[in-house]
Amino acid sequence: MSTTDTAIIRIDNPQVEVENLNLYYGASQALKDLTFGIPGHQVTALIGPSGCGKSTLIRCINRMNDLVDGLRIEGAITINGENINDPALDVIELRRKVGMVFQKWNPFPKSIYENIVYGLRIAGIQDKTVLDEAAEKCLKRAALWDEVKDRLHQSAMGLSGGQMQRLCIARAIAVSPEIILMDEPCSALDPRSTSRIEDLIRELRGEYTIIIVTHNMQQAARISDYTAYMYLGELIEYGPTQTLFTMPEKKETEDYITGRFG
Amino acid sequence: MTKKFWRQGEPFVWATGLALSLILFLTLLLFYVVLANGLAVFWPKKVALATLQDGRSLLGEIVQEETIPHNEKKRLQFKIGNRDLYGLDFKWVDASEITSLTYPKDVHVLERQEYGNFYGYLSEFEVKGIAPPVSGSNSLAQTIGALEDRKVEVHLLGKKIANLNRRVELIDHHLAKARYNKEENTPALAAMQGEKQGLKTEFEALVSILGEKSAALATNQAIFTDANGQPKAIALPNIVRAYQPNNMSFFAKCAYYLERLRELFFDEPRESNTEGGLFPAIFGTVMLIFLMSILSFPLGVLAGIYLREYAKDGWLVKMVRIAVNNLAGIPSIVYGIFGLGFFVYGIGGGIDQLFFPERLPTPTFGTGGILWTSLTLGLLTVPVVIVATEEALGSIPPGIREGSQALAATKLQTLTRILLPMASPGILTGFILAMARAAGEVAPLMITGVVKLAPALPLDGVFPFLHLDRKFMHLGFHIYDIGFQSPNVEAAKPMVYVTTLLLILIVLAMTSTAIYLRNKMRQRHSVVDV
Ligand SMILES: Nc1ncnc2c1ncn2[C@@H]1O[C@H](COP(=O)(O)OP(=O)(O)OP(=O)(O)O)[C@@H](O)[C@H]1O
Ligand SMILES: [Mg+2]
Repeated sequence: MSTTDTAIIRIDNPQVEVENLNLYYGASQALKDLTFGIPGHQVTALIGPSGCGKSTLIRCINRMNDLVDGLRIEGAITINGENINDPALDVIELRRKVGMVFQKWNPFPKSIYENIVYGLRIAGIQDKTVLDEAAEKCLKRAALWDEVKDRLHQSAMGLSGGQMQRLCIARAIAVSPEIILMDEPCSALDPRSTSRIEDLIRELRGEYTIIIVTHNMQQAARISDYTAYMYLGELIEYGPTQTLFTMPEKKETEDYITGRFG
Repeated sequence: MTKKFWRQGEPFVWATGLALSLILFLTLLLFYVVLANGLAVFWPKKVALATLQDGRSLLGEIVQEETIPHNEKKRLQFKIGNRDLYGLDFKWVDASEITSLTYPKDVHVLERQEYGNFYGYLSEFEVKGIAPPVSGSNSLAQTIGALEDRKVEVHLLGKKIANLNRRVELIDHHLAKARYNKEENTPALAAMQGEKQGLKTEFEALVSILGEKSAALATNQAIFTDANGQPKAIALPNIVRAYQPNNMSFFAKCAYYLERLRELFFDEPRESNTEGGLFPAIFGTVMLIFLMSILSFPLGVLAGIYLREYAKDGWLVKMVRIAVNNLAGIPSIVYGIFGLGFFVYGIGGGIDQLFFPERLPTPTFGTGGILWTSLTLGLLTVPVVIVATEEALGSIPPGIREGSQALAATKLQTLTRILLPMASPGILTGFILAMARAAGEVAPLMITGVVKLAPALPLDGVFPFLHLDRKFMHLGFHIYDIGFQSPNVEAAKPMVYVTTLLLILIVLAMTSTAIYLRNKMRQRHSVVDV
């Protein structure tokens, strides 16, 4: 049904391609026949009311859903032409390519430094100079360096919420992924920290493909190039952010972005 | 007014406070009783000379005073010692019978190898082979000191003989094995026979030397008199320690106290355990806790990890979980019986059949020993460790796991690098509780390997050094044994207090160390608020 929809634009040369994706939690279907492409090196925002399946979708892209019991997936997601739902695929390789930042920051109870280099250590890198350089580079990239450079070896638990979330972003980019998934990275932060993270996303854009879930309409408008609007597991409308926010094709989309929804 | 009183939950607050204070009070009382009695045991007590109405007198430490309620009569209990003269160590005397009570300065107290303490006066020496004693207040100590070298010599000789004995025993084992395997006339066998013969000759020579030396030593004696002038010759080597409590300065008393403490920690028990040191029991207790920990901790942690991280949640896992939780509630004696049946007779008997058939029917592993006791205690603690591990892993926020896996860590890497370090304080807390319980457990030990007096420690210089098949001594059992099983319960009472205090202190020390380690770990891996 939605494949032929004019409200969903086709992307040429998408980096991530979702084809006829259906997802079931036991008997209940959470994603319904999604088909769309996500362009590389751009920011794509997923919006939609609570429970519409945004997190579920984003977690499919790095196979985070593998951890969930009783979950069943049909259809394909391809990244750079490779089907990641293929059971033979090396999930570890995939996750090295696709990083993730969670809604609730989750630094490990280790030092700031150890948090940053965790992914590198896991990948088998032991050379101290490499790790040190990576730590500095990523912390600078995440605009956190100046705040923490004097306490790299103190516990990450002593940071503020916003700092912890930036640390999690730095940690994700330390392993040089191609794609970064962000599931409501700012929803638990104050406006100042939020704007810092938005700045950061703008910074990272171009270098990484970023897929971000957000409940904040203005945020989606500010930082994303493309926006997808989902409702009850279906993709209702997908297009360049500019167009979607100013001239939505669908009534539902318009209702939602203008706040008339629900 | 009253309505408000009830509604605010005031009585409930009182009840909680009351419950806590009651528990605190009982705990403090226990500590007070143990501390007050245990710490005072080694302090030299004055010896009183009581002259009675019938003209007789008695010497002894006043142990307690009591008033009989119905006739208001006061009576005193004396520790009069001299068991070889009087047959009894303790005596009750009515206060009304005592005409005078003095503390003569020249009273000697002798701690002896046998028959307990002697209280009396020194009258003369009969010594050979050492310089004749000079008279004076510390002539006794000097004379005993002069014999010290020879006493040490005899002691070492005894040790040497015991070692020879053990070597002969080892050869006997080899010979029995060869006989069992139907080996005959091999050169190795002949060599062994020869060695055994050599050892035997050496053994007999040493035994006769020992006999001569100790007999010669025993001819050195001193004549003492008791309170009524009755003479008693006491061989000097039999005297472990002599002192004059009524004539001691405060510092001399302190020195005596320290000496007794040293004996307690480093010497072996005497007089069916009611006197002397506790070294073998301390050693056994600590070693048991160690072995038990080494066996049960990894097992429990691994099982807990499997249950929480790898087992698929289903009815089977639920049943296992319920079973594990209930295991912790089984009375320890039941574990003891299981240990006896399964470990000692089952596995131990099997080992004997397989590896030591030549020694049967004398069991090697098929009888109680420290290995089986540790395993039994390990079984008792393992459920607690499993539950603690499960809970500690379960309380880690799921975001942490996802965070690690999203950074391309495998499940094993996540477990070893993130989850286990984070769970370790919780796991250790459970383990500490389990360890404290196991350390004070006595019932299961009694049937799986503890003995009143072990001939040798489970760890010594004889190959293979660690003798897990050996029986051992334990402070908890020691308390039961000397306090309730010894023929002279009254005389053993001080030792019961000391042993109790020591057991409590050891458990406290071990758990405190564990708690200290855990807290250090907790600082390093503190968990987020989340
Ligand atoms: N582990 C799960 N088991 C069963 N159902 C689930 C599970 N996780 C999510 N769901 C269901 O799937 C649907 C989509 O959930 P999802 O978390 O993807 O929504 P969302 O769009 O991210 O919502 P929010 O904006 O509130 O985060 C919901 O109806 C939810 O109840
Ligand atoms: Mg969500």
